[in-house]
Amino acid sequence: MRLRVVLVGLASVLVTAAPRAAGPLKVVTATEDLASIAREVGGDQVTVESLARGYQDPHFVEAKPSFILKLKDADLLIAVGRELEIGWLPPLITQSRNAKIQPGADGYLDASLNVRILEIPTGQITRAMGDVHPLGNPHYWLEPGNGRKIAEAIRDKLSELVPAARATFAQRYADFDRRLAEGEKRWDAALGPYKGAKIVTYHRSWPNFAERFGLDVIGYVEPKPGIPPSPSHTLDLIDEMKRQQVKVVLVEPYFDLKTPQAIGRETGAAVLVMPPSVGGVPEASDYIKLFDYDVNLLATTLKKVLGR
Amino acid sequence: MTMARLSVWVLAGLAASVGSSRPVLAQSAPPAPASAQQVQQVRDQLDQLRKDFETERRLYDQRLAELEARLHEVEAGPSGPSAAATPASSTPAGPAAPAPAPAAPTTPAALMPASLPDPVAQPGDQGAGAQSSQVGPGASKVFNPDMSAIGNFVGYAGKNEMVANPSMQLTEAEIAFQAIVDPYARADFFLSAGPEGLDVEEGYVTFTSLPASLLLKVGKMRAQFGKVNTLHTHAMPTVDRPLVTENLVGGEDGLSDWGMSLAHLLPTKAVFLELTGEVYSGNSNVFQSDSRSKLNYVGRVRAYRDLTEATNIDLGTSFAYGPTDVGQSTTMTAPTPSVLNKTLYGIDATFRYRPLRRAIYQRLNLRTELIWSRQDLPSSMQTTAFGWYGLAEYQFARRWYVGGRYDRSGRPLDGSLVDNGGSVFLTYWPSEFSQIRGQYRATNYSEGIFANEFLFQFNFAIGAHGAHVF
Repeated sequence: MRLRVVLVGLASVLVTAAPRAAGPLKVVTATEDLASIAREVGGDQVTVESLARGYQDPHFVEAKPSFILKLKDADLLIAVGRELEIGWLPPLITQSRNAKIQPGADGYLDASLNVRILEIPTGQITRAMGDVHPLGNPHYWLEPGNGRKIAEAIRDKLSELVPAARATFAQRYADFDRRLAEGEKRWDAALGPYKGAKIVTYHRSWPNFAERFGLDVIGYVEPKPGIPPSPSHTLDLIDEMKRQQVKVVLVEPYFDLKTPQAIGRETGAAVLVMPPSVGGVPEASDYIKLFDYDVNLLATTLKKVLGR
Repeated sequence: MTMARLSVWVLAGLAASVGSSRPVLAQSAPPAPASAQQVQQVRDQLDQLRKDFETERRLYDQRLAELEARLHEVEAGPSGPSAAATPASSTPAGPAAPAPAPAAPTTPAALMPASLPDPVAQPGDQGAGAQSSQVGPGASKVFNPDMSAIGNFVGYAGKNEMVANPSMQLTEAEIAFQAIVDPYARADFFLSAGPEGLDVEEGYVTFTSLPASLLLKVGKMRAQFGKVNTLHTHAMPTVDRPLVTENLVGGEDGLSDWGMSLAHLLPTKAVFLELTGEVYSGNSNVFQSDSRSKLNYVGRVRAYRDLTEATNIDLGTSFAYGPTDVGQSTTMTAPTPSVLNKTLYGIDATFRYRPLRRAIYQRLNLRTELIWSRQDLPSSMQTTAFGWYGLAEYQFARRWYVGGRYDRSGRPLDGSLVDNGGSVFLTYWPSEFSQIRGQYRATNYSEGIFANEFLFQFNFAIGAHGAHVF
């Protein structure tokens, strides 16, 4: 009797299984940056949604069941990789009931495979170094060259999943490439005069950005990645900033401003809330606008504090 | 040829061409115009220089490509192809590439077993491996599971005449091995080493690619009964488990048994609605089966919804039914009565607040569980008991959590014997991987005994312990 009940229940459950819907490809990404690039390349052929918001710390996103609902129907999941999402994405994928996006399946794309990664640690790596990323710095999307590489990877993956629209993706990629090149001219022009300018950032979110635009990050507000500021480290940082005449502190929108503002008062440096992700501020509504916003903010501030 | 030698060539060429014509710095009359033959000589030498330069450049490009390929190899570690780099190719292999094939892998590093080779040993491995074989000596390590160890050290101070807890104890060292089995499943093992020996706390395979929105887990598991039963000890917000768990739901180990769990996610869009049906062998602290046909059944309905981007609510209702050993005779002579069953019902509700922009600094968790236990007794009698707890936990700084819990519970064989109590606790997190907690707990046992205790806990984790279910 009990067995029959179980079998009937199982049968009814299997019957309600929904077939794959036609229409645009459902793309889910880990961050807004990947979502923006996916929209650029995919256009009408895709609907794109991001799990993390641009103004939250991408390391510490909560693996909420509402994300499982989004992943359940996804055709493609794009992750930043390099262990950025290791704290929250794996259990979501496990519980997603979606064979397409499991690791190794066609509907999973790690965007970091062909990009330029910096800060790959050498030598022994332990957690005494803080929350260190053993596979290199995962904030790699913050240089236009890597934006291109991400777009290429997405274009190739989309062409693989929707071969009929291959030409559309290629053309959209070419258009994105062109606009990105125009953007690079603007940004190089804006930050060119400040090559070698010394800055301090809160977290190690900016190595790719700094290298690309010739900025010199001489220190961090965090004593080690993931460790909150301590009085002794803050004092050392202030001394160093005074010695090297550092006039800018960049803070990501999800960190507390108390310590950076104290540093700013002591050293006379400007404290900027600079979003490292699309959606971090309303003006940075896509990948190119993110650079426009960040570059202009930094250039204007550098002009004011350096007087050139 | 190096750039240095090339420049020597260039300089030599220039010197030769300069030397063959009149000295430019002569102070006397301007030099006579060069003859056609001299001009041709210079042109020939320039052509030669150009050709030589081209050859040098091609060789240099080749060398550069070779070095890049070698660099990618070194980044890929001993698992990558050590001898596969050819001068003309430069195939980029990701640092976590498991297969020798040069194609960029699509498996995410995050979900792969922690395969990073020891960077200190690497150059040696490369050197040894490259000579002797195609694949480096550490290739099989790539599939090693994520390993972690979590220590839970607990101490008790104060007075409790009902329950004798030791002054200090490493109550549990939880060793975890977690990895993907194949494209269809993953496996998670949690071994718990404690004062009573080494035990499999949980060890199960999860089939992730089933149709019809099903998720199947098979193995030894903590049953999906309520919320706190599913939590590992180190993941609790408090040092201890609530009183209702101690009295009605199996204590520290809880309802944990060998069995199968099937969870179906309904196709609703606005609400996460999950139905879980589980069957267990009936060998746990809560249920005891003496024959193969008498099993323990657990069912749960869970509804979750985001209220705003910062708040959400999680509701559930559970039941558990199975045989117990209540009234079972232990002597051989007395006739064994029919097995007496127990039914448990539970309702749980959790409210969470965590503002996204300040997620690392602030959160509030409110949780309550209500549990009813109905135990069959001999002569068609029954006894019911009821218990509940209410817990609030608030994070007020990046590393600090404070909270309180109220407890109340009857006893499983006599619901009229009610214990109640309360706790307040404070937790400090030096980092994500370590916690120090102090808890003051007052308990009023139904016998009229009052216990006043201070509990403290050190939790510390090493290795790649993955994230738990929300």
